[in-house]
Amino acid sequence: MTHATLPDTHPQGPKRNWWHRNQIAISPWLFLAPGMIFFAFYVIFPIFQSFQISTLRWDGLGAPEFIGLQNYEELYYDDAFYTSLRNNLIWLVLYLLAIPAGLFIALFLNQTVTGIRLYKSLFFFPFVISQVVVGLVFTWFYDPTFGLLNIILGWVGLGPINVLGDPTYVTYGIIAAGLWPQTAYCMILYLTGLNGVNPEQIEAGRLDNAKGWKMLWYIIIPQLKPATFIAFVVTIIGALRSFDLISIMTNGGPFGESRVLSFYMFEVALSEYGFRMGYGAAIAVVLFLIMLCFIAYFLWSMYQEDKAR
Amino acid sequence: MFPTPVEKTPRAWQLTYQSLLPVALVLWLLPLISIMVFSIKPDADFTTGNYWGWPSSFEGLTNYGKVFFESDMPRYLLNSVFITVPTVVGCIILSSMTGFALGIYRFKANLWIFFMFVAGNFVPFQILMVPVRDLTLDMGLYNTKTGLVLFHIAFQTGFCTLFMRNFIRALPYELIEAARVEGVAEWRIFWYVVLPLMKPALAAMAVLIFTFIWNDYFWAVVLTQGVESQPVTAGITSFNAQYRAAYHLMSAGSIVAALPPVAMFFLMQKHFIAGLTLGAVK
Repeated sequence: MTHATLPDTHPQGPKRNWWHRNQIAISPWLFLAPGMIFFAFYVIFPIFQSFQISTLRWDGLGAPEFIGLQNYEELYYDDAFYTSLRNNLIWLVLYLLAIPAGLFIALFLNQTVTGIRLYKSLFFFPFVISQVVVGLVFTWFYDPTFGLLNIILGWVGLGPINVLGDPTYVTYGIIAAGLWPQTAYCMILYLTGLNGVNPEQIEAGRLDNAKGWKMLWYIIIPQLKPATFIAFVVTIIGALRSFDLISIMTNGGPFGESRVLSFYMFEVALSEYGFRMGYGAAIAVVLFLIMLCFIAYFLWSMYQEDKAR
Repeated sequence: MFPTPVEKTPRAWQLTYQSLLPVALVLWLLPLISIMVFSIKPDADFTTGNYWGWPSSFEGLTNYGKVFFESDMPRYLLNSVFITVPTVVGCIILSSMTGFALGIYRFKANLWIFFMFVAGNFVPFQILMVPVRDLTLDMGLYNTKTGLVLFHIAFQTGFCTLFMRNFIRALPYELIEAARVEGVAEWRIFWYVVLPLMKPALAAMAVLIFTFIWNDYFWAVVLTQGVESQPVTAGITSFNAQYRAAYHLMSAGSIVAALPPVAMFFLMQKHFIAGLTLGAVK
């Protein structure tokens, strides 16, 4: 802060001086103010509000009634809640398949043949399309009467199966649809990562007779760590936020077997099943607490990295 | 380069690879190709069960004409534009300032504020649903484009701040110090020194936010209803309800709805990928 000790060269008066001396300390807050106010108002504050609403019995219109932890107690005995929770776990685990799948496609496309750039963009294509359209397309793909899936199964003498109408397959069917754009995303992350791999290390590995899998495992994958971290973050968040596909493809059915927490809370709070804001908020709180474990881990990793710089 | 470049591999594998590429692409995009085919088929093909065969006639123009002139589709598309564009502008303004503040200045709360933005951005947004809907209702903005835009700006500011701050951190700090020694006011440093250097980041962010917001479905359903304010992602569901089992029209409608971000992606590909993969390489 050299400004403060410099001789006063501005004779405009004490007010200007004060500003001049404190400019560097105050400026960041002025720059931050609009963004922080918006963010606090629409994101931070509502998070705490949700906690509070989850202790109420409230239809969104009338007077709310404080009922303490009754919503959570009801949740504890709610079978639909456990179905949603179980599906959330399935989503979390299977959605991570997008990471190896993306790496596989990236390795396949990491070449310099003619037209490869166009191939890369076309492979990335599914990520750009709205999940609503992806859901629609896959609904037709699975359709028991004319869907391509059953036609293909028919060739090998299987089927027909009604993927979206069958409680055992439905969640897996929706996850497969979700994996399509997510894999594309992971692929593009790895393609960029592969670009930055140190060629000298590869050559050194080749001299040491490292080939194929060994090369990939010991030399390439460690260098792709930043890409893997981002792929992991976006995939986890994507899995826990999944809503669009379920809403479009099955609307939670059959018999609520494809619900996840985010969908179930929407159903409870804002649909024909009644406007139970408090109960919905309680479900959201549970989802938030699950996410919080991951957020803490992500922030911790970022903090470590920031410290290292 | 890994894997070994095909040029250095045996001829047989080179040929296999070259022929494998298009096959893999077709398989990968099969679901999309199928709706493209659907969208140019005549109505009759679906009633006679000719789903996957050669179209009995090409009705592309009629189908797309119907979508554009006989449905609410143009209205929804316009709504999407009026929601997406102000959001992009708002996010850029807010986050270039927050990113500047967190990237340039060193003060105690810096990292904590940054983490607040990042954490807020990772939050499953369902937890915001009930309070934000209530808030929007109270402000009289429920079922308006403004209500949706304001929320989107606020929520995306988290992601954009992360993005901007990391970008600004990578700029040479000497530039700012030099300007300060010259006695340049802080807001002038922001406007004349840093902002011009941020152009590539701003472009990348603009395309990304455009795509995210255009494709948003959840908030469109929560905060709006009806043709006067709903964006195209929500509109397509009512469009589909209207044309139930009219697969040719539903496909044409879906393609129209998906097109703007796709066009954006192909036009601004470099920026788009740069934005998405920020941080994927050290």
